Amino acid sequence: MSDHSSHGSGLAHQFDDLDQQLDATTLGMWLFLAQEIMFFGGLFAAYTIYRNWHPEAFAAASHHLDIKLGGFNTVVLIFSSLTMALGVRAAQMGKNKAVFNYLFATFMLGNVFLVVKAFEYHHKWVEGLIPGPWFRFEGSTDPAVQMFFNLYFAMTGMHALHMIIGGGLLIYFMVQARKNRYHEGYYGPVEIMGLYWHFVDIVWIFLFPLLYLLGLHNS
Amino acid sequence: MSGHVTSKKIYFAVFGALMILTAITVGVATLDLGQLNTVVALAVAGCKATVVIWYFMEVRHARPLTKLTVVGGILWLVIMLILLFTDYISRDWMAGPQAW
Amino acid sequence: MNAALAPPPSAPTPSETPTHYLNASYGFRSWLLTLDHKRIALLYLASITLFFFIGGFYAVLVRLELVTPAGDLMSAENYNTAFTLHGVVMIFFFLIPSIPAVLGNFLIPIMIGARDLAFPKLNLLSWYIYMVGGMVAAYALFTGGVDTGWTLYAPYSSTYSNSNVTATAIAAFITGFSSILTGLNFVVTIHKMRAPGLTWFRLPLFVWAHYATSVIQVLGTPVLAITLVLLILERSFGFGFFDPARGGDPVLFQHLFWFYSHPAVYIMILPSMGVISELVTCFSRKKVFGYGFIAMSSVAIAVLGFLVWGHHMFVSGQSVYAGMVFSILSFMVGIPSAIKVFNWTATMYKGSISYSTPMIYAFGFIGLFTIGGLTGLFLANLGLDIHLHDTYFVVAHFHYIMVGGAVMGYLGGIHYWWPKMTGRLYPEGWARFSALVLFVGFNLTFFPQFLLGYMGMPRRYHAYPEEFQVLNVMSSAGASILGVGYLIPMIYLFWSMRYGRLAPENPWGAKGLEWTTPSPPTTFNFDETPVVTEEAYEYVKEEKH
Repeated sequence: MSDHSSHGSGLAHQFDDLDQQLDATTLGMWLFLAQEIMFFGGLFAAYTIYRNWHPEAFAAASHHLDIKLGGFNTVVLIFSSLTMALGVRAAQMGKNKAVFNYLFATFMLGNVFLVVKAFEYHHKWVEGLIPGPWFRFEGSTDPAVQMFFNLYFAMTGMHALHMIIGGGLLIYFMVQARKNRYHEGYYGPVEIMGLYWHFVDIVWIFLFPLLYLLGLHNS
Repeated sequence: MSGHVTSKKIYFAVFGALMILTAITVGVATLDLGQLNTVVALAVAGCKATVVIWYFMEVRHARPLTKLTVVGGILWLVIMLILLFTDYISRDWMAGPQAW
Repeated sequence: MNAALAPPPSAPTPSETPTHYLNASYGFRSWLLTLDHKRIALLYLASITLFFFIGGFYAVLVRLELVTPAGDLMSAENYNTAFTLHGVVMIFFFLIPSIPAVLGNFLIPIMIGARDLAFPKLNLLSWYIYMVGGMVAAYALFTGGVDTGWTLYAPYSSTYSNSNVTATAIAAFITGFSSILTGLNFVVTIHKMRAPGLTWFRLPLFVWAHYATSVIQVLGTPVLAITLVLLILERSFGFGFFDPARGGDPVLFQHLFWFYSHPAVYIMILPSMGVISELVTCFSRKKVFGYGFIAMSSVAIAVLGFLVWGHHMFVSGQSVYAGMVFSILSFMVGIPSAIKVFNWTATMYKGSISYSTPMIYAFGFIGLFTIGGLTGLFLANLGLDIHLHDTYFVVAHFHYIMVGGAVMGYLGGIHYWWPKMTGRLYPEGWARFSALVLFVGFNLTFFPQFLLGYMGMPRRYHAYPEEFQVLNVMSSAGASILGVGYLIPMIYLFWSMRYGRLAPENPWGAKGLEWTTPSPPTTFNFDETPVVTEEAYEYVKEEKH
C-alpha cells in the first residue's frame, strides 16, 4: 500500500482525510521539536552552570571568536528562515516551481553558513583551541577556558549537524517539488520541513549571543 | 484546515524586525552593563525566537494543542534549569560539619 | 486500500480459514517491511524476549557469585561487568520498550477504533532503530562489556574505566530514539485518531497510561541523549565536561543523567499500571472506581516524575537544600500511585472476582508494587537515605517495582491479550501455576535484600561479610525459582501458538473496542470505523437467581 502516487492526493491509508493528515503531521513535528528543545537544553544547562562558575574564563575565551563571522552567519541563517517561510507559503498555494526555488535558496544559504563555520573551526584548529591534549591558550592560565571551548564545539557542532541533516532533507523536498507533488490540500511535508529549519535557526539565535557576545564589552 | 496563507509583506516585515533585533543585541553587547548584559542578550534572543515561532512557524494560526506543545517544551526546559540551579546556587550556603 | 473481510465470530471450520493480520501475507519481507502495527508489535515481542533472557543471564551470574561471601566465582572487574550489563540490558532493551512497544503498539489503534497508528512507517523505523541499538549493545557485550554500573557515572566512565563505555553509550543513544519516536507516535495517534464518540474520558485507562508514558518518553529521553553525547565527547575526544581539573563537575553528569533516568522508571511502570486497570475491571466485572482519578493520576505521575531526580543524589555532593526540595517532591510523587492502588481495590470491592491468570498477576502487582512504592518513601527520606543509599535496600526497592510491578503487569497483559493477538488460548492450569511460582520466587529473591540492605550490605560488591550469607543464599535460591517461573510461560505460550485452542472474539467477556474485533484481528482492524456511545467499562451486574 503506497501512500501516494506522484500526482495523487497524497492521503496515507491510516488517515480519514487530508485535514486529519496535516493536523497529525504538524503535531508530530512539534513534538519532535519539543524533544529537540530538551536535547539542546542539556547543552544550554551545562553552559549556564559553567559560565556562572567561571565568568572571567568564559569571557576571555569568547574573545577568540570572530564576532563578524558570527554576526554574518546570524544574518545568513535568519535570511534562510525567510526563504524557507516563503517556500512553505508557495507550497500552500501549490506553486511547486516557487517551492523549488525558495528551498534551493534556503539550501544555499545554509551551505554558506556551514562554509563559514568550517572556516571558523579551521581557524580554531590552527590556533590550538580544540579541546583535548593539544589545547593551548595564551592570555589566561585558568583551565576553565577550555570548558568554554568544550561547549562551543559541542553546541555549534551539534547545531551544524542539524543543519547538515536539514540540508539533506531540503534536497529531498526539492526533488518532490520538481515532481509537482504539492497542492492546496497536500503541503504538510514542506510545512514540517519549515518547522525544523526555523527551529535550527532559533537555536542559533540563542547560541550567537551566548557564545560570541560574551565579554564583548571588556575588549 | 487549509492553512491561512500569510502575505509576503508580513514575512519581510518579520525579517526586518529580526535584523533590527540582531543589531540591537550586538550593540548592547558592546556596552558594559554588568549583570544586565546577559539579561538583555537573553531577552532579545527570546524576542527573536518568539517572532520566528509566532510568524515564520505560523503558531499564530495554529491549534491550541500546538500552542500547548510549544509552551510545554519550553516549560520543561525551564523546569530542568530551575531545579538544577537549586543545587548550584545553594551549594555554598552552608559550611560542612567541622568534625564528625 | 482493501480491508480484509471480518471472519465469523465463532471458530471457523477448516475449509474457511479467515484472513487476519497473521496470515494476510507470508514471507520475511512481509514481516520485516510490514507497516501493520500488530506485526510490528510481534517483532518487538520477539526482540525484547531475547534481550530479557540476555539480561537474565547476567542476573544469574550475579546471584551465583553472591552465594558465597568470598569473591570466588569471578574477579571484581568481571562482576562489575555482570551487574552493569544486567542493568543496561534489562532497562534499555527490555523494560522501557516492553509494554508500550508490544501491547501499546498492538492495542492502542484498536482501542481507539483506528486502522493503524498515526505514523506506521515511523513505527517500523522505531523497531529498526531499536534493533540497531541492540546490535551495538551486543557488540559492546561481546567485546568485553562495560563495568561502570548502568548509571555510567563520570569520572569513572569518562576517564578511568577500560571497558566499552563509548559503545554502550552509543547503543543507549540509538535506542533512545526508538523510545522517542514511539512516544511521539502514540501522542499524535491518541490526539488525532480517536473514533467518533470516543471522548478523552471514555478512553480505556490503558490508553491514558500510555499517553502519560509517551509524554515522558518525548520530553525526557533527549536529555539522556545529550548526556551520552557529552560523555562520549569527554571519553573519546578529551572534552572535559565533567573533569574538575578543567573546570567541570562530575555531579553535573549525575544531574543530567537522572533528569531522564528518574522519569524513565515511570516509563517502565505507568504502562503496567494501565494494564492493571484493564485487568482489575474485567476480572471484577465492575466499572473502575474513580476513573477520572486514575486517568489524572497517570498524568500527575508523568509531571511530578520530572521533579524528583535529585533523590538519587542525596549523598553525591549536591546541596542539602536541593536535597530537601527533591525529598519533599519525592514524597508527593507517591500520592498519585497510592490513589491508583486505592481505586483498584475499591473496584474489586463488591465485584465478581474471577481468578484467571491475568487477575493473579494483577493481585501480585498490587501487593508487590505497594511494598516497592512504600520502600521508596523510606529512601526519599533524607536522613534514612544516608544509611540506605547504595545498599541492597535500594536494589530490593526497585526490583519490587520493576519485577514485582512492571514485569508482572507485562505478563498479566500478555496473557490477557494473548487470545486477541494470536487467536489462541494458552493453557490456564500451567499459566496459573507459573504465576504462583513467579510470586514465590520473586519474594524469596528480593525480600531478603531489604534486610541485607538495612543491615548495611552495599550493592555492586562481589564479596560480602560472612554474616550476610544466609540471606544471600535465600536470595539466590529464589532467583532460581524465578528463572523457572519465567521459562514455563515461554514454553506454553510458544506451544499455544500452534496447538492452543482457537480463541473466540471475546474470551473474557470484557468491555473495550479490542474485544469487538476477531481474534486475531484483520489487518486494518475494523471494516467500518466504530462509533462509541457508551462510557468505559460499562459492565452490567448479573442477576442472581
